[in-house]
Order: sequence, then structure tokens, then C-alpha cells
Amino acid sequence: MSENLSVLGVFSLLSVLAVGGGAAVLPETKMLVVDTHHWLTDDQFRDIYGLGQVVPGPNMLMVLVIGYHVTGYLGALLAYLGFFVPSGVISWGASRVWDHFEGSPWRRSLQLGMAPMVIGLMAAGAISIARTAIDGSLTVAIAIGAFIGVYFIKKVNPAFFVLGGGVVGLLLLSRTGAGMP
Amino acid sequence: MRSTADEAGGPAKGAGEAAGEAAYVLPRGVPLWEIFLTFLVIGATSFGGGVVAYLRAGLVIRKRWLDEEHFMSALEISQALPGLNATNMSIIVGDRLRGVAGAVVAFLGVTLPGASLVMILGVLYASNASNPYVNATLVGVGAAAVGMLTAVTLQIGRKQFGGLIDAAIILITIAMVSFLHISLLWVLLTVGPAAVLIYRPRRDDGAAPSDPAGPRA
Repeated sequence: MSENLSVLGVFSLLSVLAVGGGAAVLPETKMLVVDTHHWLTDDQFRDIYGLGQVVPGPNMLMVLVIGYHVTGYLGALLAYLGFFVPSGVISWGASRVWDHFEGSPWRRSLQLGMAPMVIGLMAAGAISIARTAIDGSLTVAIAIGAFIGVYFIKKVNPAFFVLGGGVVGLLLLSRTGAGMP
Repeated sequence: MRSTADEAGGPAKGAGEAAGEAAYVLPRGVPLWEIFLTFLVIGATSFGGGVVAYLRAGLVIRKRWLDEEHFMSALEISQALPGLNATNMSIIVGDRLRGVAGAVVAFLGVTLPGASLVMILGVLYASNASNPYVNATLVGVGAAAVGMLTAVTLQIGRKQFGGLIDAAIILITIAMVSFLHISLLWVLLTVGPAAVLIYRPRRDDGAAPSDPAGPRA
């Protein structure tokens, strides 16, 4: 039971810290899930993050799988509620009072100030995943390929390049055994 | 298709004012099942991240439940507050349409397809974690995700990377999180207020704060 409470607690904390969205909260998620609570290994975290990438909707739905790994289906439900309800309630309440600040110059200050911080947090998120996901020249090549695809070919859905990375991994890595635990 | 507040925000606001707001009225009495179904379709089709772009296509263009200006205002709230833009937006729009019940069905709609799918994959993964083919595929997906995340970050931050003040805020944030391993709470409590203060409203213009970016250009 205490593990269930930990799952609820960790993901509720991450929920209120998730300013700037899912990528921004990745380093903290990894720190709590892998380093603090030892619920997952580094590689499992990378794998589960990958699962979140190939499903529709918000990528951070991967928190369900993390919860599932800790205490089964109940853990998945608690991670889902923990991660989405607190921030959802905050947004809901804020949207109801937001219009009272219509025309307040601080709204623009907030936007201008938050934007670069969020970019910084997203970059930190990429670095955090890279530390586990990039290991050896083939993974570097896959990452560069996906980067070029997503950055320059805007007409193609980014999911295609992520899945493409999976196919390349399947074809080349499973044969050589590289990157295997 | 990558929608960010920065890319979509500037022109949309100007256009909204120019085009005349009178045309837009918030629809009344939209059935809950229709809200649920609309968000369910968005939740089931929004592959590749950037759910906000799909929300805009579904809510502003197809359903006309919101105009650009209201959409951007909901996005502005979602971005300034904790939580994912996609779920926050769904909750805010659902609430505008049908109150709390609307917010709940919109949230469930946008998350349930992905949640069910990721659970199926998660259960399969748990029982096949040592399968070399599963492993190799996920190693590839993880590596590609790094490339995608980097590309998306650069696209969204294109404007910010160009300015001295913004670039400094970005680098300080990265250093604190990635290299000094400072807890996110402290980063948010220090960098956030400092950045907003840097961009605080100036006394000389009431409506919009003078952009400190001005002098550096």
C-alpha cells in the first residue's frame, strides 16, 4: 500500500512541477523514478519513454506504464490520476479567474519570461533522455536522422521518424547485438 | 503542424482583432457526448506529439467551438501553468462549453485512446523486456526520440535562441537542471520569477511591457 501512496505522491508532485509540459519535467521524472525510488533501471526508463512516443495523445501517458511497473494496474491508475488531476484542477481554476486579468500587462511579462525557461527545461529533457538513449554510433546516427527528418521535413508526421528509428534499431541492432544489456 | 504559442500567437492575435470579434459566440448546450467524441478523435489521431496542433484543427477549424483568440488565450493559460498543454487545453475548453462535466469528458476523451494503447504496449513490454527484438526496437525509438525532442525544442525556441537575454535564461536553466542537478522546484522558483521580472511591465506603456529585446537588436 505504501508503494501505491508513493506512486500517487511522486506523480502528483511531478504534476504541479510540470510547468512547460512533459519534456520539461522529464529530468525530474527520471531522477525520482530511477535514482530516488529505484522503480526502473535507466534502460527501462528509456524503453517506457519510447512506448509513450509511439502512441497518440500526450507522450507523458507513459506514466501509466511506470505506475504499472511498480504496483500493477492500480499503480497505473494512480500514476494517471496523480499526474493529470492536480495540474488539471489548477488550470481549470485559473481559466475561470484568468479573464479578470484581461489587459494586465503582467500577462505578457509572464509569457515573455516563461518562454525561454520552458525552452531550457525542454532542452534539459532531451539531454536527460540522451544520456541513456545515446550509446554507440548507431544510436547517434538514428538520433541525427530523426532530428533532420523532424526539423526539415515538416510535412511528415514526427511519429513516422520515431517509428523509423525503431525499425532501424530492429533491423540493425538485433542482428549485431549492439546496445543490448 | 507544429503549433507553438510563439509561432501561432503573434499573427493570430492581430488577425483576431482585425477580423472583428463580433462574429464569434461561445456555442451553448453542446451535448456532452459530442464533446467527448470530438476529444476522443483528437486523442486517437494525434500521433507524434504536438497535440495542440490537432486541438486547433479540431476545435477552431472543424467544430468552430472557439475562435483563434480564445484558443490562444486558453493556450496561454495552459503554458503558464503546470501540466501538459494538451490536457490543460482540453480541460479549459471543456469547461467553457459545459462546465465541470465538459472538462471531465474532454480530458477523458483526449487521454483515453493513448492511455489504453500505452497500457497494452506496457503490459506486452513487461512480459517481453528481455526479448532482443523488442529491445533493439526500443533502443532505436529512444534514440530517434532524442532527435525529435531536440528538433522540436529548436523549432519552438528559434526566436528565443536569437536574443541575448533569452539565450542566457535558456543556458542557465539547462545548467541548473542537467549539470548541477538542482531540483526542478528550485529552478522554477528562482529562474521563473527572475525571468518574469526581467520582462516586467515598464511604466511608460500601459498595455504591453516594453520588450527588453528592443535595445539588444
